[in-house]
Amino acid sequence: MNKKAISLALLCCIAAAAGLIVAVSAGAKNIPLQTVWNSLFHYEDILDMQLVRNGRLPRALSAALIGGFLGISGAMMQGVTRNPIAEPSMMGITQGAALAVAALSAIPRLYGLFGNTLAAFIGAALSSFLVLLFSMQNARNMNLSRLLLAGTALSTFFLSLAMIIAMLSNKSQELAFWVGGGLRTAAWHSVWLLLIVGGVCTALALTLSHRINIVSLGEDVAIGLGENPAKVRVFSILLLIPLCASSVAVAGNIAFVGLIVPHIIRKTLGGDYRLIMPLSFIGGSALLIWADVAARLINQPYETPIGLFTAIIGVPFFLWLVRKENG
Amino acid sequence: MKNKTFLALGIALLLLLGIFLLSLLSGTYTLTLKEIFDTFLGKGTKMHHTVIFGLRLPRIISAVLVGASLSTAGCILQSITKNQLAEPGIIGLNAGAALAVVLLIASNSQNYYDALGTHTILLMPIVSILGAFGAALLIYGLSCRKGIAPNRLILVGIGVNAGINAVITLYQLNMSKGDYNQALTWISGSLWGSSWQFVYMAAPIISLLIGMTFYKSKVLDVIDLGDELATGLGVLMEKERRKFLMLAVGLAASATALAGNIAFLGLLGPHIAKRIVGPVHRRQIPLAILISAVIILLADTASRNLFAPLEIPVGITISVIGVPYFIYLMAREK
Repeated sequence: MNKKAISLALLCCIAAAAGLIVAVSAGAKNIPLQTVWNSLFHYEDILDMQLVRNGRLPRALSAALIGGFLGISGAMMQGVTRNPIAEPSMMGITQGAALAVAALSAIPRLYGLFGNTLAAFIGAALSSFLVLLFSMQNARNMNLSRLLLAGTALSTFFLSLAMIIAMLSNKSQELAFWVGGGLRTAAWHSVWLLLIVGGVCTALALTLSHRINIVSLGEDVAIGLGENPAKVRVFSILLLIPLCASSVAVAGNIAFVGLIVPHIIRKTLGGDYRLIMPLSFIGGSALLIWADVAARLINQPYETPIGLFTAIIGVPFFLWLVRKENG
Repeated sequence: MKNKTFLALGIALLLLLGIFLLSLLSGTYTLTLKEIFDTFLGKGTKMHHTVIFGLRLPRIISAVLVGASLSTAGCILQSITKNQLAEPGIIGLNAGAALAVVLLIASNSQNYYDALGTHTILLMPIVSILGAFGAALLIYGLSCRKGIAPNRLILVGIGVNAGINAVITLYQLNMSKGDYNQALTWISGSLWGSSWQFVYMAAPIISLLIGMTFYKSKVLDVIDLGDELATGLGVLMEKERRKFLMLAVGLAASATALAGNIAFLGLLGPHIAKRIVGPVHRRQIPLAILISAVIILLADTASRNLFAPLEIPVGITISVIGVPYFIYLMAREK
């Protein structure tokens, strides 16, 4: 059991590390590894090194962190709600954040005050607060299709309002970029935001994992074991909000990562959230790093929306899951 | 019961008439009631004639057709999936049609701000019907495992919907701004640019499909009773379900060909109708059609005038109304 976990963790780590190396060196302009190395430790002010240091490195690191956050928040949500499809984008959180960004970007004065990332962060926090309050309370009474329908309805609603605002301020294609998701704008300040906000929450989430374990056994069992499920749910919501908000603020709407990764890990390791949560973090990182590499390389020098790649893996996976759950 | 149905139908019809007039009157160019009647009697100015017969009337008729076909499709889907929250937009039928049209637009336009060519316009309904059938085939095939479980049909539909939307996003982002705005019309559903051409093409198809559904409405009633009972009463469930799914797809596709992807309309009409006249389809479908027509016409009038001269796609307005109702339905069902 533990051997399996360690080897899986190693595998994910290797995949993530390899992904990071490829992400930093390959691209519209291929940079030799020697230069990459030098730009980290013997920095000179030449174009290639600037590219690595200020362009690709923060972007790859952001991808790694966001993938991790999405993975771990998916694992947490699924554990707490006991609902296999609970995931930020399925429940309308990321779409709510898109609405907030659209609304804020339409008001230039506020936008200038907050800056892009911070504006998105505040908006995402607000919307995820609303959505989580609504659906986490209901999620445990809902079967799969009801939660999914509620999520679909909420995301349509948020996107519709966002679309109205974007059309009125003549920014609809920009909004589409945001909805498509992507890491174009990732810079060092986004890495810091992710690292500080998300890092703290991830650490706290990991300390919560044994209590999530108990809640995932079911309401009655948890109470019987002396755990208060409502309390764990509230803690989880409080941690999920900054995790989702910081990811969405940097990368927009990236779907399915929080759905696929925890599932595969649960499938191979069983239902212990003390293992599932950290491994979902690493697995999500690896997945998103490679998805971002694909997004940059496939149609270079243009970018393909990263959400497309996560959807290409995610939709078939989701369909398979649904067939199994309802079998 | 019968009297109540007629009363409800009468009230809905009156409402529709009222909104029809309101929609004719209002707009960037405001008309008065007298001018409208004069124009209908053939005594109006050329300007009035153009506004009414060239612009507003085809648009209104398109709206009514779209409302009618989507609400009928909604009625069918709610019965065959046994889920009160099913409707063509949410399970990906509309998205399939929209994707096909987006592909057509993307492949056929060369210049940045070009208008769509005539053959593109004529191809659109056909292509969108093909797209919707493709999506339906995909959903049906994927949810088929020893027969169709109604619940699985919906879940698979939602997944397919998400997948198709991701592909649409890809094309959207690669489009030039002019194409993008045209594609946006389809993706979010708008009646902008309706013309008689579209109406002439879609009206016969839609009326035929609605007629067929209405003719078979008793079978739908039996399906509502549940698989065992329906089979006991001599209904071949699989076969009938497939037939009705075909009808729903045809209706959703024609509506999408007219106005693009409009979600939630197929939910609102049937539900309100059901609350008024009960779950008998012979009574529910006609009332649902009228109610949906009222809703879409009202929403379209609002989207034309609220932020004039800018226009919001009517599909967006309907989602904004539709989702709170949807959530309310979910909360009540518990």
